Amino acid sequence: MTATSLRRRALKISSIALGLALALSAPAAAANLVISNWDGYMAPDAMAAFKTATGVSGEVVVHATNEEIMGKLIAAGGKGYDVVFVSSPFAEVLNKLGLTEPVDPAKIPNLANLYPEATKLPHDVGNTFSVPYTWGTTGLCYRSDLVKTAPTSWSDLLAPADELKGKTTMLATDRWLLAAGQLDKGYSVNETDPAKMAEVKDLLISAKKTLLAYDDTTFYSKLVSGEALMVQAWDGWCNYGIADKPEIKYVIPKEGSDLWVDTMVVMKASEHKDDAFKFINFMLDAKNHAWAAQNIDYKVPNKPAMESLPADFLAKFPNMAMPVADLVKFEQLRDVGEAQRDYSKIVSEIKAAQ
Amino acid sequence: MNQSLTRTLGMRTILVLVFAFLYIPIAVLVALSFNEGGLPTAWSGFSLKWYASLAGNSAILSAALNTLIVALVSTAIATLLGTLLAIGVEMRRQYGKGLEALIFAPMIIPDIVLAIALLSFFSMLNLTMGLHTIILAHVVFNLAFVCSVVRARLKSFDWSIVEASADLGASAVTTFRRVTLPVIAPAVIAGALLAFTLSVDEFIIAFFTAGAGRASTTLPMQIYAMIRFGITPEINALATIVMAVSITALTLSQRLNRGIIGQ
Amino acid sequence: MAPALVWLTALMVVPCALVLALAFFRRGIYGGIDYTFTLENFGLVFDPLYAGIFLKSARIAGTATLIAVVIGYAAAYAIAAAPRRWQPVFLFFAVLPFWSNYLIRTYAWIVLLNREGLITQLLRWFGYTGEPPSMLYTEGAVIAGLVYNYLPFVILACYAPLSRLNPELAEASRDLGASAATTFRRVILPLTVPGIAAGAVFVFVLSIGNFVTPALLGGGRFQMIGNLVYDQFLTANDWPFGAALAMALIAIMLLVLMAQALAADRAAGRAAEANGGADG
Repeated sequence: MTATSLRRRALKISSIALGLALALSAPAAAANLVISNWDGYMAPDAMAAFKTATGVSGEVVVHATNEEIMGKLIAAGGKGYDVVFVSSPFAEVLNKLGLTEPVDPAKIPNLANLYPEATKLPHDVGNTFSVPYTWGTTGLCYRSDLVKTAPTSWSDLLAPADELKGKTTMLATDRWLLAAGQLDKGYSVNETDPAKMAEVKDLLISAKKTLLAYDDTTFYSKLVSGEALMVQAWDGWCNYGIADKPEIKYVIPKEGSDLWVDTMVVMKASEHKDDAFKFINFMLDAKNHAWAAQNIDYKVPNKPAMESLPADFLAKFPNMAMPVADLVKFEQLRDVGEAQRDYSKIVSEIKAAQ
Repeated sequence: MNQSLTRTLGMRTILVLVFAFLYIPIAVLVALSFNEGGLPTAWSGFSLKWYASLAGNSAILSAALNTLIVALVSTAIATLLGTLLAIGVEMRRQYGKGLEALIFAPMIIPDIVLAIALLSFFSMLNLTMGLHTIILAHVVFNLAFVCSVVRARLKSFDWSIVEASADLGASAVTTFRRVTLPVIAPAVIAGALLAFTLSVDEFIIAFFTAGAGRASTTLPMQIYAMIRFGITPEINALATIVMAVSITALTLSQRLNRGIIGQ
Repeated sequence: MAPALVWLTALMVVPCALVLALAFFRRGIYGGIDYTFTLENFGLVFDPLYAGIFLKSARIAGTATLIAVVIGYAAAYAIAAAPRRWQPVFLFFAVLPFWSNYLIRTYAWIVLLNREGLITQLLRWFGYTGEPPSMLYTEGAVIAGLVYNYLPFVILACYAPLSRLNPELAEASRDLGASAATTFRRVILPLTVPGIAAGAVFVFVLSIGNFVTPALLGGGRFQMIGNLVYDQFLTANDWPFGAALAMALIAIMLLVLMAQALAADRAAGRAAEANGGADG
């Protein structure tokens, strides 16, 4: 009997404790916009400026990769986020999952600043669920002072010269890792034919032997420090390296590149959709978007913004001056649906290979 | 004689080498945290500037606060539940293998498995994740550790004095407060400190059960992001502080309860 | 004790059962779960690719375990041989690093091992001018990270039986003419098997499920089961397969634990015999 009363009392105490814990730590009713973006991919004071301009406050949270934010969004049904920055194939998936809110053009007058080409991108013609934020190419970023001959082909990365062995990195993300092989073989970056993909897989497995690491996030600093001499890179992140070390150069291999597009999408689960559109409109403002281009060193699909960039900036980062007509010639990565599972498996095979 | 001298020398060499292996990497980080230039390339003079820059980094400060909340709340709950569990189990003395396994499991189950299990569970329940879900998760393993520390203490406890106390008319609560608790108090506190340390350092489960954004980013999650995104010298200063906190908690715990380590 | 048991049931047993259940369903096209019963996820675990990753993880974890046990045992032996009053102090400092943050201890190895890192700098300082060695992002780096992180526990586990060893046993063995090596091999080692087994199990189980160390020190070039599970949940969005992998991980863990229990039982019998003999 005594034990029972002790137990009953314990039960009471612990249920109080649990209640208290939940009350203390439950998320405060979100009065804010929550924006998820890559680290350093927008002005550090953008939210403060946005608040001054519109009176809406918000917070930025960072994700390391598309996959990471996708995992979180799918697990939580998109709850908790208002605007998410993801690359276009992932925006397509979010749309197919019904997690995105249709774009309301009436609420984003600054859509008019976009290049006409940027409103007709194959992944989302007419910007129905996504708004492009940056775009560019994927190519080779290298130390021109330490590499004997400048690279011109994906093969220079996949079958590197002796002095580069153990000093190259490739992107770790499924789609871009595979794209390097697909482009080298002359295939589409959305190729799904099993025989062709088997060739791509073999090529990338043999390339792995000469690789220092797979790296999506710090490859440019490996170039700066000299740990790596040539890396597969997005043009804008190569620019980070160029900013630190002018000897770093960027080249699009002769076999071509993909056209990658990073987009902003509003989540269907958002409770602040109007404010979310206001935020997108704010980002598309010519001045704000130009600021982004100049500080994150990525091309933006905003005509007045790009035209306002100073000449010395374009001289320092030559890939920023690439004409839009040339850029949109490249093929976009698209969602490949069911074949994504095969892609994942191929990447696992590559990463598991000796 | 000679042989025992070589033996002693050999033993000393082993100790020196092992301690060097254990402590040099840590010492390097601590030293770098005071290096003006922040890089391992050269010593450019003593400086506290990385600590100052930490103090101005709002992301890290908010992560530290979140960690503190998670650790304190989960430790409080785990200490209460773990202690009661230990008493319950030890009082009955005979216990099934199933119960034993249930208590043992959180300590041995791979973090990644518990992490994905909780992620699936919370997402099936359609629960919005945040600090509260991290706390719920941390209590699971903290409770098991507190329980095992307290149980170790109770192994030598003479239950007849509880019976005596009851015979003398004391209520169960009074008996617990006046008889049982004083005996196990050091172990309870030691268990709590242990749980606190574990919670402060836990990364994988927190990573999977956290919600969106800064509101539920804990310090280890922040550290992981910092390591992945190119290393800034700030991390050395942060590492030094985090280690100092954990080590202090453990030292206290050890003083209170000789035996966590030595048992 | 009821609240604690409820807590463990609700937040460990039920979620784990859920994972087990998930493993029997199919993945939806865009992630999510298609509730059709299937055994294909378990079949996939035995696909040569994934079985290969299991084997490789087991090899890396096994190597780390072996190294940690050798170093840890030597350290525990040395501590047990130190003067009595120093032993707790040594032990405390051997275990202390274990309680500092795992990520930070791993990060320390990046600082040491990267091509422009501290070891290269030291080599240069000593006049080395050649190509800097490439140590980070290798299997060796992953193993070093695992050994470093889990060594303290092995020391702790091996110290316990060593410190309880009856010194008369070793003496008796020597008196009977056995060499030091024979005494160690035939007397000391068998009696300390439970400690070794406990330490080894700990290192092996934690290593094989690890995803942080291969991610940070392996440069993405090494897939271990932990990474595979992580990928299924956070990047490939194939929860059912991830669940099947997690269950396989649990199965391995249980097997290892059973092996340990067996070793401990046999050693306990031997210890009782030996100690009884020496006392009598």
